[in-house]
Amino acid sequence: MQILYFSWLRERVGEASEDIETSAATPADLIAELKARGSGHAMAFEDITAIRVAVDQQMVELDHPLAGAREVAFFPPMTGG
Amino acid sequence: MSVSVQTEDFDIAAEIDALTSSDRNIGAVVTFSGLVREMTDAGAIQTMELEHYPGMTERALEEIVEQARARWPLQGVRLIHRYGPLAPGDRIVLVVTASRHREAAFDAAAFLMDYLKTKAPFWKKESGAAGAAWVDAREADDRATARWERPTSTPSTQQS
Repeated sequence: MQILYFSWLRERVGEASEDIETSAATPADLIAELKARGSGHAMAFEDITAIRVAVDQQMVELDHPLAGAREVAFFPPMTGG
Repeated sequence: MSVSVQTEDFDIAAEIDALTSSDRNIGAVVTFSGLVREMTDAGAIQTMELEHYPGMTERALEEIVEQARARWPLQGVRLIHRYGPLAPGDRIVLVVTASRHREAAFDAAAFLMDYLKTKAPFWKKESGAAGAAWVDAREADDRATARWERPTSTPSTQQS
């Protein structure tokens, strides 16, 4: 599964993307797995309320099923315009 | 090509002409352009870096345009959002809406801006003498988006 990070999540993790093997059922489960990968990941996911997630480029909630997902992106609330 | 995500600047007059030149039933054109402000709560900034999510950004903007078209009788819509390094005074975003009458054009332009602020995957990082910081999302922007979801605020029939 391709994991993407944007904005300060990318900076804290230290990578824009990574390929991982996971059987996480939801983004929330995936976050729990990712937090164990290192201090940068742990810091990035410290405040879950500040995190938004997109699965295959569609915004979803943290309990959305991940079955069949190819790309999961994590980022803070958007600030465009 | 109603949506563009690009690093280059845009020419507002040329965009209006391109949108309106082939349709003589357009009676109203509204444009909104967003610029990089120099003064922020943290002081004056020198640069603003706009990051986005290639692929999802275009898809999200196209969905927002589709929603606007479903809601108002629009003859044309043009949406341009820049990314990359920008400086105070630079143009960031352009919305152009064209319709037979002004109310649809005004309302659709406001809707498009409110929606893209909270639903299009862009993030701003400002840098100045005090350092660099990611811009926080504003609750006011969430409220501005939410007002279009209340049935009572759905714009009524248009006037001339």
